[in-house]
Amino acid sequence: MTMEFQSVAKRVGVDTHIYETNLTLSEAGFNVLLGATGAGKTTLIKLMAGLESVSSGRILLNGEDVTARSPQKRNVSLVHQFFVNYPHMSVFENIASPLRIARVAEDEIKRRVGEAAELMRLGPYLERRPAELSGGQQQRTALARAIVKDSALVLLDEPLANLDYKLREELRDELPRLFADRGAIVVYATSEPSEALLLGGFTATMREGRVTHFGPTAQIYREPRDLATAQVFSDPPMNVASVEKQGAQIRLGDGARWAASGAIAAAPDGRYTMGVRPNFVSPTEDGADRVRIDGKVLVTELSGSESVAHFELPGAIWVSQSHGVHPYEVGESRAFYLDPSRCLYFDAAGARVAN
Amino acid sequence: MAQIDLKDLRHSYTPDPASEADYALKRMDVCWRDGGAYALLGPSGCGKSTLLNIISGLVAPSEGRILFDGQDVTHLPPNQRHIAQVFQFPVIYDTMTVYDNLAFPLRNRRVPAERVDQRVREIAEMLELGDRLSSRAAGLGPDDKQKISMGRGVVRDDVNVIMFDEPLTVIDPHLKWKLRSKLKELHQRVKLTMIYVTHDQTEALTFADEVIVMQDGRIVQIGTPVDLFERPTHTFVGHFIGSPGMNLLPCALAGDAASYRGRTIPLAEAPTKAAAGAKLELGVRPEFVRFVDATDPAAIPVDVVRVADAGRHRIVETRAGEDRIFLLAPEGDAIPDGAAHVAFRRERTRVYADGWLASDQTGA
Repeated sequence: MTMEFQSVAKRVGVDTHIYETNLTLSEAGFNVLLGATGAGKTTLIKLMAGLESVSSGRILLNGEDVTARSPQKRNVSLVHQFFVNYPHMSVFENIASPLRIARVAEDEIKRRVGEAAELMRLGPYLERRPAELSGGQQQRTALARAIVKDSALVLLDEPLANLDYKLREELRDELPRLFADRGAIVVYATSEPSEALLLGGFTATMREGRVTHFGPTAQIYREPRDLATAQVFSDPPMNVASVEKQGAQIRLGDGARWAASGAIAAAPDGRYTMGVRPNFVSPTEDGADRVRIDGKVLVTELSGSESVAHFELPGAIWVSQSHGVHPYEVGESRAFYLDPSRCLYFDAAGARVAN
Repeated sequence: MAQIDLKDLRHSYTPDPASEADYALKRMDVCWRDGGAYALLGPSGCGKSTLLNIISGLVAPSEGRILFDGQDVTHLPPNQRHIAQVFQFPVIYDTMTVYDNLAFPLRNRRVPAERVDQRVREIAEMLELGDRLSSRAAGLGPDDKQKISMGRGVVRDDVNVIMFDEPLTVIDPHLKWKLRSKLKELHQRVKLTMIYVTHDQTEALTFADEVIVMQDGRIVQIGTPVDLFERPTHTFVGHFIGSPGMNLLPCALAGDAASYRGRTIPLAEAPTKAAAGAKLELGVRPEFVRFVDATDPAAIPVDVVRVADAGRHRIVETRAGEDRIFLLAPEGDAIPDGAAHVAFRRERTRVYADGWLASDQTGA
């Protein structure tokens, strides 16, 4: 099963909400839309559902043009960030509602609702009203309704954003398993890079109405096509700096320099933007080839398992994220160590320098 | 600024509480030092909002007293407690400028204009809002609006405590980092007593000097982020903090060590507090589990069933019989396929009896 966007764009008046997008989604794993608020995730989801019409381009479902098809006829389930349930109905009837509309036989309804409730651990609450449930249970009711329907297309728009941290962790772990082997195309919008990583599957990074990159999640994370993709897919934010490549050497400001390796070695001399994730900038020299960078510690955060330092170097504020507990002093100037093999380089147009 | 003491505090929403279960807040004694950064952490319904409302004066406790710098404020109305609050959704006046928004709490209290100006500029500079003082708040992004809320909280000289109620829940991750570090910096500079309420462990642990973990109306542990991580005193804390949480495995005692699946598991702290008949569990965080050779004396045979890529590390799920054991492997480390062996780091392996830590801290 596939859903294909062919040159789809969405304009409202003079504003472009979605720039021309080509994208093919399949049922082989979650399709994550990753981007900040306002990047266009919800608009893209509404176009998929048929809740908004495209300004140009076509949407194909299994090769069939569904661009003009109404939401009712697209066989879609949609779950929002804010739990939407029927307040006057029991949990059972809430989950059963799409089956009732489809006139499914009573014992078939019982069976399927029971199965979905079991998956969502709602078994004991089937007779309750939504208002008598916790937020997590209400959202699981909405998710159960999406599962029971056996839709071809399941659209989840930040479904865990309003839930408690631990519950989110649990559901994030379960959701891909719940939808695996159901033959549905699942689209999942989130603003959290860590969530995209753990959901796996495929990721489309979005910024300002554009899909900047689409592909297997781990690949998008490690080999982003451009600076925008790398920045969207980094939490804490990626450290960036302007560097000068001269022959076989990379220079950062007046101080740090290191040997160019990988694709950058073959690139022409000149200025590049270098990006490096905070976990590759350490307060200790963990390897022989590490590059020393001096900075002034501005803010420190200690989570027990990790230490984070925000530090200032000429012209930039960087973040170092390391395992364990590091005794930083706010205001101190100290050395940090960069792993040059983990640096990404981007040209003036923002494209990553790759082989 | 003030030290806050909660003395024998207890609260029930029912008029005649008959049993412990009727209390939304179980009995607690807490001292929050002047100028400290504290977090109240727990899942929805754990009682953290009730506690917050008691401190701010919106709810009068059924029992016990609240002291600000030794003065009893238990029955003082909210407006006389000099508390500033920052909520999940920024509470600001859209039609006012950034300057007027920041000045509002001071003008309300008839602070002289000169002092207002000085304070507003000082706070705006700390929050990097200095160049936008004359902009209308309506045109600002969600992060700047939340900064104004924070600024309005700290602008007054006379606040005893500033309380944050899930202030970053609706903020995007990238901006969260910025705001969190701003807040941290603000605390380092103004040294106000701050209480931060959240269900998000990352926010609690990175913000606070000391975290109060709550469950079912009870404080289960008060400690530094490092304490909570390295030495949780209850399995709830072990589970709730950390992602994934602590591995908890059924075990038995073997003298000063534990026994798990026929293996002797060495411990750094003897489980002297384990009463006979208690349910015993071995607790070890995924960060302190590693793959070892089969020849290692403490090796536990497992099957690797799943590997999730979390970016800077991978979360490896293994099975030992029915038990799930998680471990974290740094990015780039090799992970065995199928059958493997794991071992636990001795200094970080604990025994819990009926949920509570069964050992006392031994000198390091």
